[in-house]
Amino acid sequence: MAIWCTRLAMDRWRHSEACSEGEGADARPFALLGETAHGQRIEAVNAAGIAQGVRAGTRLTDARSLCPQLAVALADPAGDLAFLERLAVWARRWGPWSAIDPPDGVLVDVTAIAHLFGGERAMLEEARAIFARRGVGVRLAIAPTSGAAWALAHFGPEQAILDAAEPGAPGPGPSASSEAMVRLAPLPVDALRLEPDVLLLLRRLGLKRIGDLYRIGRDALRRRFRARHAPDADPLLRLDQLLGRVPEPLLPVVAVETPLVQRRLMEPIRHRPLLDQVVRDLAEEMGAVLERRGEGARRLELGLWRVDGEAVIRHLEMATATRDPAHICRLFAARLDDVDAGFGIELVRLRAPWRESNPLAQRGFDAAAEEDGTSLAVCIDRLSVRLGEEAVRRPATRASHLPERAQEWDMPLAADSSQENLDFGKRPLKLLDRPEEIAVLYATPDGVPHRFRWRGGLHEIARVEGPERIAPEWWRERSDARLRDYYRIEDDAGRRYWIYRHGIVGDGRGGPPRWFLQGLCA
Amino acid sequence: MSVPIRMSQAGPPSLALAGMALSSAARWRPGLAPASHSEIFSAGGEAAGAALALSLALDGMRAQGVGPGDPRMILWVQDRAALRLGGRPYRPGLPAELRGRVIHVAAKRPEDALFAMEEGLRCRDLACVIGELTGNPRALGLTASRRLSLAAERYGTPLFLVRLDAARDMSSARMRWQVRSAVSPPPRWNPAAPGTPGWRASLFRARAWQEGEWILHDDGRRLVAGSTPPATPDHGDLVHAAGDGSLASF
Repeated sequence: MAIWCTRLAMDRWRHSEACSEGEGADARPFALLGETAHGQRIEAVNAAGIAQGVRAGTRLTDARSLCPQLAVALADPAGDLAFLERLAVWARRWGPWSAIDPPDGVLVDVTAIAHLFGGERAMLEEARAIFARRGVGVRLAIAPTSGAAWALAHFGPEQAILDAAEPGAPGPGPSASSEAMVRLAPLPVDALRLEPDVLLLLRRLGLKRIGDLYRIGRDALRRRFRARHAPDADPLLRLDQLLGRVPEPLLPVVAVETPLVQRRLMEPIRHRPLLDQVVRDLAEEMGAVLERRGEGARRLELGLWRVDGEAVIRHLEMATATRDPAHICRLFAARLDDVDAGFGIELVRLRAPWRESNPLAQRGFDAAAEEDGTSLAVCIDRLSVRLGEEAVRRPATRASHLPERAQEWDMPLAADSSQENLDFGKRPLKLLDRPEEIAVLYATPDGVPHRFRWRGGLHEIARVEGPERIAPEWWRERSDARLRDYYRIEDDAGRRYWIYRHGIVGDGRGGPPRWFLQGLCA
Repeated sequence: MSVPIRMSQAGPPSLALAGMALSSAARWRPGLAPASHSEIFSAGGEAAGAALALSLALDGMRAQGVGPGDPRMILWVQDRAALRLGGRPYRPGLPAELRGRVIHVAAKRPEDALFAMEEGLRCRDLACVIGELTGNPRALGLTASRRLSLAAERYGTPLFLVRLDAARDMSSARMRWQVRSAVSPPPRWNPAAPGTPGWRASLFRARAWQEGEWILHDDGRRLVAGSTPPATPDHGDLVHAAGDGSLASF
């Protein structure tokens, strides 16, 4: 579905002035200005201004000579674009995927969605009514390709629908889209979304309508425009995109079979208990849909569409595939706390974009025992929803000599990819995130210290094992990284630590070596 | 080395009285089923608390007859202060049978850590839950402690709560330990090196056991209580690691 906001800038201005069409400030001639190198130029004019002969594109001084009482304000193209972005997100109420079509259009993928709204005709009618209520003038069209929808929205009849006879018909056979060819033939070549100079060239060649291009051989067109490679400079490519003969990468292919359930609410809801009820209903319905398919959801996407044109999307990822409605509700409950309902939510939709196979299994005879306690996956889900993904991790080893680099943190339920290291050198039970410097007293700078001070406490070293020398990993680090000599020590009270000397005397990589405490042994 | 050895009858007079009242109670020894909820008090500057918690957990698992092939994970929860004070678990330094089985939760606040511990206790797929909290956070009152005890009893997952630098406050834990590192015995082949780690653990409050003090250490197969850990040969666990295979292939 292509949505073309015919007078986007003026509609936004009128909205900011809080007047409806033809009333208040809109009753007098008015124009929005843009700054150009040649002075101020008129970007958009209202109906009263057009009646006085003012046209978009003329200079302000020329327009003032025609219509001296013309009121002006500066246009706001950045605001228009931001509005369009919000509009594109909001327009996803009609389909799961939408794209901005600058400067004033939105494309929505409504493939396999229309039946939820009672057919394409009813969908367009609803969209037209909603836009009229918002005071945005639009032209709408539905077609099998985005190019055709764009062309019909801009140059076709009001609310045109081009039936998808064979939406994905492969091959360049002319019969595949013959109806589209007939319907699109009378449109002007401007409908091909081409650059102005290409359009001018086409007109000079006498090709004014799309139908005129059909009669010219493809070879001739290709030869004439062979130097042009950009899509908007190549009429042949644009024509093929229009008729669906070549894919248009603007629209990615959305997996049509994404499970999707939604509730359109008669009365917009503003309160949390009602929203919880709706989410519960949706989760149950989604659970039924997924169960039919023998799948479970890994990622869920809950969209809330508000009456005042905002959409809130909440994502959820789960450690394993699930379709348990109670579990889904519990997880979403934490995510919905900060939703601003505004003037009310009128449409709620639940999608499962990422699914995994989760076939039905017979419950074991000890099913009653399963009532006790949750499964590990559920536990991990609940922990990571409340504490964050980063908080729940599992240590894994990595190929590195440096102790702090030899351990990395994995997803908790990922397969354990660690290889066990040969543990000739004993390692501490716990490792500080950042080695802490200790003040040491030693007899010789290369030897073992007698005592050290750490966190204000004095430790007399009773037993030592070491050194275990770990050289810097030269393929990763700077050339002046220093080596480390690790010692496993026990102090006079029996406390066991893992300390190291950073560098050796005279290695030419900094001053006298410093000592650090890195680990606490069992 | 099944049984106890002995310990000083230490403790303040009130504890001694309680000990007399419970004189019929048995003495704790290693190799028994673990208490559902244990608290282990230890100083923040040493790893004795976490090490004893791991050893008690392993001891409990062995007592229940689950061997090293047990696939269940253990959940290790730390709040931010405990993480800063004592560091994170380091996989190469963990006991060999637990190395691949730790899920670590780094909670920001003590409240989050308590939540994570309770969720872990409710999970039937966990072998045990180890928690580390610093000081006496307001969130860990008698009510919170009781919640943990009830969850641990209801679902049968033991909880070992390590309290770093904490005062002995009110708690509903079934067993409460105070632990510090003990001087290790000199290894046979390198008497100057630190040996098998041992801990001086005193049980100062328990529901079913007498108070007492033990020197505990884990010899790799079971938890042993003794006045001094025996001198161990310095074979570096090579024989154990090689199993039935040839040492040369190792």
